[in-house]
Amino acid sequence: MPKPGRRLVVTTKGAAVRKGMSRKRKRLLAVLGLVAGLGIAVTLVLSAFNENLVFFHSPSDVVEKQLPPDKRFRIGGLVLQDSVKRDGLVTEFTVTDLRHEVRVSYTGILPDLFREGQGVVANGKLDRQGRFIAAEVLAKHDENYMPPEVADALKKSGQWHENNGDHLKLVKPGS
Amino acid sequence: MIAEFGHIALILALCLALVQGILPLIGAARGIDNWIALAPQAALGQAVLVAFAFGCLTYAYVTSDFSVLNVAENSHTLKPMLYKISGVWGNHEGSLLLWILILVIFGAAVAVFGGNLPATLKARVLSVQGLIGVGFLAFILFTSNPFSRLLPPPLEGRGLNPLLQDPGLAFHPPFLYLGYVGFSVAFSFAVAALIEGRVDPAWARWVRPWTLAAWCFLTLGIALGSWWAYYELGWGGWWFWDPVENASFMPWLAGTALLHSAIVVEKRDTLKSWTILLAILTFSLSLLGTFLVRSGVINSVHAFATDPTRGVFILVFLGIVVGGSLALYAFRAPALQAVGVFAPLSREGALVLNNLLLAVACAAVLLGTLYPLALDAISGAKVSVGPQYFNAVFVPLMVPLVAAVAIGPMLAWKRGDLAAALQRLVPAAIAVLVALGLGLWLMDARNFYSLLGLGLGAWLGIGALCEVALRVKLFSAPVSETMNRARFLPRAAWGMTVAHLGVAMLVLGITVSETWQVEVQQVMKPGEIAKVGPVEYRFLGVTPIKGPNYTAQQGRFEVLEAGRVVREMRPAQRRYQQPPMETTEAAIRPSPVADLYAVVGEGDAQRGWAVRLYWKPLVSWIWLGALVMAFGGVLSLSDRRHRVGAPVRRRQAAPSAAE
Repeated sequence: MPKPGRRLVVTTKGAAVRKGMSRKRKRLLAVLGLVAGLGIAVTLVLSAFNENLVFFHSPSDVVEKQLPPDKRFRIGGLVLQDSVKRDGLVTEFTVTDLRHEVRVSYTGILPDLFREGQGVVANGKLDRQGRFIAAEVLAKHDENYMPPEVADALKKSGQWHENNGDHLKLVKPGS
Repeated sequence: MIAEFGHIALILALCLALVQGILPLIGAARGIDNWIALAPQAALGQAVLVAFAFGCLTYAYVTSDFSVLNVAENSHTLKPMLYKISGVWGNHEGSLLLWILILVIFGAAVAVFGGNLPATLKARVLSVQGLIGVGFLAFILFTSNPFSRLLPPPLEGRGLNPLLQDPGLAFHPPFLYLGYVGFSVAFSFAVAALIEGRVDPAWARWVRPWTLAAWCFLTLGIALGSWWAYYELGWGGWWFWDPVENASFMPWLAGTALLHSAIVVEKRDTLKSWTILLAILTFSLSLLGTFLVRSGVINSVHAFATDPTRGVFILVFLGIVVGGSLALYAFRAPALQAVGVFAPLSREGALVLNNLLLAVACAAVLLGTLYPLALDAISGAKVSVGPQYFNAVFVPLMVPLVAAVAIGPMLAWKRGDLAAALQRLVPAAIAVLVALGLGLWLMDARNFYSLLGLGLGAWLGIGALCEVALRVKLFSAPVSETMNRARFLPRAAWGMTVAHLGVAMLVLGITVSETWQVEVQQVMKPGEIAKVGPVEYRFLGVTPIKGPNYTAQQGRFEVLEAGRVVREMRPAQRRYQQPPMETTEAAIRPSPVADLYAVVGEGDAQRGWAVRLYWKPLVSWIWLGALVMAFGGVLSLSDRRHRVGAPVRRRQAAPSAAE
């Protein structure tokens, strides 16, 4: 067994070298190592954090602020009545805060509580035509639930009524 | 009347908690024996009172007494009995009562099983438990009374959210709370030790079983929640980095670190003030988690606005607990002198590395969870932190941790020999090569992280076995000696090996299921076949069916393996009447090799139905791994050194080893 023997020699050598180092220097090295490690960790965390912050915008924000395409964000509002078109797995619908509207396209099975007239939050990007391509659609909780972001968007657009059951009978503005 | 009895019991419990929180503390400081002796009795009395109150609320649920507001809002006469009972904690007020019940049960357990504790330490620990109880009882009585009446009573209740009508979820909150609240004992011990100004190996040995028990419960609670999300939500995912999940994960990370650092205090009498700090932080994170989830803060900070007293109470209580204990810590911790010194490369060093990585991971999760709340409160901007952030931070932190878990136990206390440890891990290194070979050539892994995960899983799994093999001298001593050594190896050592094997299973489960899972989403008509990985699903059609309190559209699939039908699967879309709601019922065939998972969505006979089909290899290893980890904890908990104060006596161990 030559291998273990060789390793042993290396170890004793290493120990000998280390003995030569003063305690102070050892401690300094340890502290430097720690600081460097911590610095790397913090940089890593913060850069990942920065890249993955997803902002929420209402349909009015999208229309008025001219958000650039290909930037991920979340949009929320009510699903406009009679706006849902299904073609195989692709579903298109309109999200509104009752002032502005944005057309959303999603490929896949929609969540159980997705329904016309109800609140919805979608995660995705705008395409060049100003259509929102959703990677994920959220419509959870129960029948009286309104996602807080959606409630806020409605309040901002001045369309919030305390009795949010009103929105169930929502129709397209002007029709 | 029953509800009023419950209410009065809670008020009495608050009075008793005040006594328990104040008198023994003064008694211990002044040496008044009668006041010291008061603590265990008060703790027991409080447990009886709160249990009675909890019984009253349960009775109201079981008999569907809709004159109690809480019952009317959350129950329904047609609900199965199991969900009537689990409905007790399926809402804000009831879950708070469950929290308090578990808190006082832990307090009573310390009073009963803490016979080997010095009287003053025991009195102080129970006092701190009492003070936590005061906070919670005041919270429930002044802001969230579960016994409020509703007059006139409605004829029928509003019902429980159908998503929550599930056995997995019935037991998820109690386990989670047993974990959260279990850490309150570690917290009380830490605060008591700070007051006494003494932390020694004996202290660590007293705290350890409580921490271990809490950790086991929390592990099981998180695993149950994740499993429920997997089969009930119908998205095939098992962890979403959702703020609610993070709220339970942070105390777990801190608690895992605490579990390991307490070992160093127990064995080497050092790392004391860090361990105390961890105990404080772990319970603070448990409190934060409970409140984040239960107060509605997590949906929006504005949920505070709906009931400002609740929000303010929560913040003040958190401030007192966290601020007070940290102030005490800052004041007293410098007096805790470390005795044992150690080289960076040693068992202690490895455990410090474990603690560092877990603490950083925990801080990263905390940042991602609280930042959106802070930003919303300050500027009103709505943001969310995507799962990509958590993955990007977590993986680089967990890789060195998992790699070190195999090496740590091989190092000696005080000064370890890395080369020797690595030499003993040669079988693990061979296992890594085999796993990488399998991954590259058989499973065609293209992804760096997949290979890394496979390698780490193999490294840790075989590494943990190497360690135990070494301890029992497997192959290097006669079989009889090995058997003997295995028998007399402390349960705690077996517990560590088993828990580490659980981590290896978890790593492998995550890696393999994430890399090789096959998902097919398409529109299918009856008779069509979809190929999903190595199996085929033949769609037979959709039929309407009727359940006890719902109707459903049930899809039927035949699963073919190599052209032969192996089983039928029936996913469904359910529509509940009360409350009106639709749920997706995925059809799942779990197996240790690969789960089959089918979901049927919208559609009709002409255009076909939208379906989602999966083949998920090793996905069940994720929960099995968590189960094995918790089992390791239980094994360690059963170590007789926790029950017997004196070091190992040899008799009596033999018959139990056969278990």
